[in-house]
Amino acid sequence: MSDKKEKLLQVENLTMRFGAKGRQNTVIHNVSFDIAEGETFGLVGESGSGKSTIGRCILGLYEPCGGTIRFRGDTLKPGEMRREIQMIFQDPMASLNPRKKVGDIVGAGLDIHKMYKSREERSERIGAMLERVGLSRVQADRYPAQFSGGQRQRVGIARALIMEPQLIVADECIAALDASIQAQIVNLIRQIQRETGTSFLFISHDLSMVRYLSDRIGVLHRGFLLEQGEPGEIFANPVHPYTRNLLASIPSPNPIIQFHPETHYDYETSGIVYENGTWHKTGDSDTHQVLCTNEEYEKWGIGK
Amino acid sequence: MADKAEIMLEIKGLDISFRSAGEMFHSIRGVNLVLRRGETLAIVGESGSGKSVTMKAAMGILPDNARINAGSILYRPEPGSEPVDLLKASPKWLRDNIRGKSIAMVFQDPMTSLNPTMTIGNQLIAAIRAHEKVSRKEAADRAVTLLEEVGITEPERRMRQYPHEFSGGMRQRIVIAIALSCNPSLLICDEPTTALDVTIQDRILELIVSLQQKRSLSVIYITHNLGVVARVADYVNVMYAGKIIETGTIFDVFYDPRHPYTWGLLSAIPDDASGEELYSIPGTPPVLSKEPAGDAFAPRNPYALEIDFKEEPPMFRVSETHYAATWLLDERAPKVERPKALNDRIEKMKKEAAEYVR
Repeated sequence: MSDKKEKLLQVENLTMRFGAKGRQNTVIHNVSFDIAEGETFGLVGESGSGKSTIGRCILGLYEPCGGTIRFRGDTLKPGEMRREIQMIFQDPMASLNPRKKVGDIVGAGLDIHKMYKSREERSERIGAMLERVGLSRVQADRYPAQFSGGQRQRVGIARALIMEPQLIVADECIAALDASIQAQIVNLIRQIQRETGTSFLFISHDLSMVRYLSDRIGVLHRGFLLEQGEPGEIFANPVHPYTRNLLASIPSPNPIIQFHPETHYDYETSGIVYENGTWHKTGDSDTHQVLCTNEEYEKWGIGK
Repeated sequence: MADKAEIMLEIKGLDISFRSAGEMFHSIRGVNLVLRRGETLAIVGESGSGKSVTMKAAMGILPDNARINAGSILYRPEPGSEPVDLLKASPKWLRDNIRGKSIAMVFQDPMTSLNPTMTIGNQLIAAIRAHEKVSRKEAADRAVTLLEEVGITEPERRMRQYPHEFSGGMRQRIVIAIALSCNPSLLICDEPTTALDVTIQDRILELIVSLQQKRSLSVIYITHNLGVVARVADYVNVMYAGKIIETGTIFDVFYDPRHPYTWGLLSAIPDDASGEELYSIPGTPPVLSKEPAGDAFAPRNPYALEIDFKEEPPMFRVSETHYAATWLLDERAPKVERPKALNDRIEKMKKEAAEYVR
């Protein structure tokens, strides 16, 4: 896709099944995408579409049933965890150990990977990282309960960032925050991107935030990646009926203009079989692609 | 149009504190609100702003550690009837006449508001028979009709199923069916679509709007999603730290917001014109264990005047329908413009709206 920048992460034909033998449920079907250095790839989809599962496979929390994940060209072994790939979780309340001081939470990765030579260096790095994410050094000695939701998410970001990752998987990392705090965290993520050139896999159901943060977007439904492209391409010219329905469902903050889906998309009755689709480029761009059959390609009028 | 309908619910000077961990939290600090029959009103605010507590007070379902310090909630169950102060009514009277009967509530999470061990048919029948003396058979027939009305196919078969056999959107439909089972006149929806996907959210909102027209219901939405407000409401009340700080029609508030907090909320929604930095309101909402000096929003308000730190602003009138509690509207205040990015966005929205209408 983007040949100009080096590919950091390549996911090829990722397949994931859950359940006991014989009664297995395929939740991820041959999903392929890649993330270039410094790029933010936004993965959108409804609950149960498999977006978190993909994130967890990349992190090595699940062993994929098929396909390969390459990081800087090396194939990751199933379940392999890398220091260079870090995660920011959704719920900053549930993801921080309430009995540990925030400084030790942020420094846990340093301890595990023995990334310092002296106690002084350790506390210096933790302090610097807390300041980096907009907290103060003295807060290292406090417990998570003494922080607000937005501050806790800053701790979660500090914990990921202190490992100097090249890729951060952010799974619904702003969903639990209030509107005025969401914007603060989104700005912090953008600032980190600019300063460090870290790549992000930004997983979210909030389409307007995905659009704002991402360089490219992938739309996931029922474990299939259906459409991918740059935010402008997807939002101005959605091709797949599912994407069109999804975008039309976002309530607009303009009281007079309320779009509604012309028809509600229902996979069962749509006549579309995702398994039969192959990747087709849309007429005008290299980046904007859609999963469909040749007939659907004609029918949806993509080439024109 | 609005002036003709009678006032159905009027909250005056509501003031509520909570006791928690030995401290008193003053979470509702003088809320005034008017709902006319047949209208849709939205209350927006962040968590802890007091939007749910206000409505729970009206329903008489405040937790035990809440204390009502002052205020009244006048409610007219029937058109033309005498208003009753719900805060003075006995718990029994509230249970028999108001809660679940005249005022029904739909909560955020349909999984926790349904009983997982009961079939949805039995839950509907129980809800109907709790308020009306009808036979089981008759209640069951009504339940089937209700399920049909909220868009559940094969209602007879679905009656025998348990909540876990339904998707989130279908469960919320069932919750709505239960809420409608005693023909309420007022429906309070507390974050009804927050737990749902956007495509499902769209359908649930569509359902509520169509039921509202068919049954001439009045609806109060409690939400933090301004897009949902713009889509469904006639009037908006923006809450911050236990007070309503701006109120008006959706056109007043979305096209001509006056309070800096409303500016912040509207600016924080990213759109295609958002640049490198998304506008964000600095700081965090106050903890209401201490009485804020002056305006509670002042410490986060880049437009705060000196008086904001000393005295709380009253509600200033902008127009007949539009009021905002900010000293910027005082005639002595210096002239302060809305942030340019927000003004540009409003201009763009108006232009798009004009084209859309044409």
